[in-house]
Amino acid sequence: MQHLTNRALPINRDPMTLAERLYVPAIAKGLKVTVSHIFKKKATVSYPEEKRPFAPVFRGLHVLNRDEEGRERCTACGLCAVACPAEAITMEAAERKPEEAHLYREEKYAAKYEINMLRCIFCGFCEEACPKDAIYLSETVMPSNYSRRSMIYKKDDLLIPHPKKQEDNK
Amino acid sequence: MLLMQIDWLFLIEKIGLITIILLISLGIAAYATWGERKVAAVMQDRIGPARAGIFGLLQPLADGGKLFFKEEIIPQSASKIIFVLGPAMFMVTALMTSVIIPWGPSFEVGGRIISLQVADINIGILFIFGVVSLGVYGIMLGGWASNNKYSLLSSIRAASQSISYELAMGISLIALLLLTGTLSLHDIVEQQHGFWADGYFTWNFFKQPLGFFIFLVCAFAELNRAPFDLPECESELNMGFHLEYSSMKLGLYLFAEYINMFISSAVMATLFFGGYNYPGMDWVSAHAPQWLFVLSGVTAFFVKIIAFILFFMLIRWTLPRFRYDQLMKLGWKSLIPLALINMLITGGIALWLGK
Repeated sequence: MQHLTNRALPINRDPMTLAERLYVPAIAKGLKVTVSHIFKKKATVSYPEEKRPFAPVFRGLHVLNRDEEGRERCTACGLCAVACPAEAITMEAAERKPEEAHLYREEKYAAKYEINMLRCIFCGFCEEACPKDAIYLSETVMPSNYSRRSMIYKKDDLLIPHPKKQEDNK
Repeated sequence: MLLMQIDWLFLIEKIGLITIILLISLGIAAYATWGERKVAAVMQDRIGPARAGIFGLLQPLADGGKLFFKEEIIPQSASKIIFVLGPAMFMVTALMTSVIIPWGPSFEVGGRIISLQVADINIGILFIFGVVSLGVYGIMLGGWASNNKYSLLSSIRAASQSISYELAMGISLIALLLLTGTLSLHDIVEQQHGFWADGYFTWNFFKQPLGFFIFLVCAFAELNRAPFDLPECESELNMGFHLEYSSMKLGLYLFAEYINMFISSAVMATLFFGGYNYPGMDWVSAHAPQWLFVLSGVTAFFVKIIAFILFFMLIRWTLPRFRYDQLMKLGWKSLIPLALINMLITGGIALWLGK
């Protein structure tokens, strides 16, 4: 017979020998395999106590970055929202007032910044699009939730803690 | 006075013994469910139940509690009385066999000889066969009363499987009985005293290796365990005879299977592996106090039983399920002729030895 590929394996179709028909040697062979597995290393990771390290390219929950002085980096340019294939990001820009200079780095800032985590596909395009290094995908798995409303993450949920205020807390 | 004639101490002794045996069987069956999951896990490179208590030791309690709180459903078209009777019958027959098993050597307390056997009936093996055959009624009634095609098919399978393998089992035991000359389990165990006597092993396994092998295979089939678990074959009959059962009635079916496994391990240890006898027991009997001797005998017996239970589990997680025709072929075309040949050879040898 002409084979289409050379991947076909020959199969032994000889009648079974007595040992094969008795089936007992085969049982012993099977038991040898399974018993040998008793002493092998277990593959289980007991999750909450042990965690497997993430890959370096892992894309998890988003964070909004601050600069060294604790000012928000985001200027509400909207490039992340444009880049987002799932249209999960919405924002509203506002102009910085003079007394707010310690809060926002640029003259324009995001008054409202929301990511709908039910829409987000964690592609990381927002991270790539951001010219101000303001949005990053962290190494955190998104927690589950009971309501759709709480899956829309507000700016307060996304912002990383203020570096100076955190020092004060310590 | 009739009441005065009753041996009250005897009654108390037996009731106490029955209670202990019942509790031990239930306890071992409960932990066999945990053991099964652990064995399955380690053989598949997992760690198994580990959350409930240390090493998951409270898992049987959690499982039982879960089953108790589940909703109890009796299908509308099921025959209600028989539907309830099924699991009850399965459980009762599973526990009944433990009555005649000698759990340890007899001992003397205050002039009374206390035997660790509830009833030493002289037709012990026959009793086992009777009760084991009744066991299939639990499956039959449950599967039939469910009024479900899968359940009915499964119970038919269970019945035919049980009939086919009981034959070979019986014949393999006849060969054993030719050598022992008694049906009483107590006498059979006493004949296997120690380990070595008169230049040969005393345990029946070494006199009847083929008989033991046939008995073992048939025990697998009688227990409806893998590789012969066709009655509850998930892929074809999705659960089989306990398909319509829920809550603790399902629990009883599952639990009774483990009790059956425990009891049949005990029967095999008694008949073929010397029961509570172990090598060097005479030395222990002469040098150690009586209670220690009795305890060591009981321990030896339980070690054998647990070894058998572990073997049952190893086989279950190693072999794939037989096909129905393969099952029948193995039973009728291989095991019965083999058992017959074994019986003939044993008979010839028994005649030659002049027993």
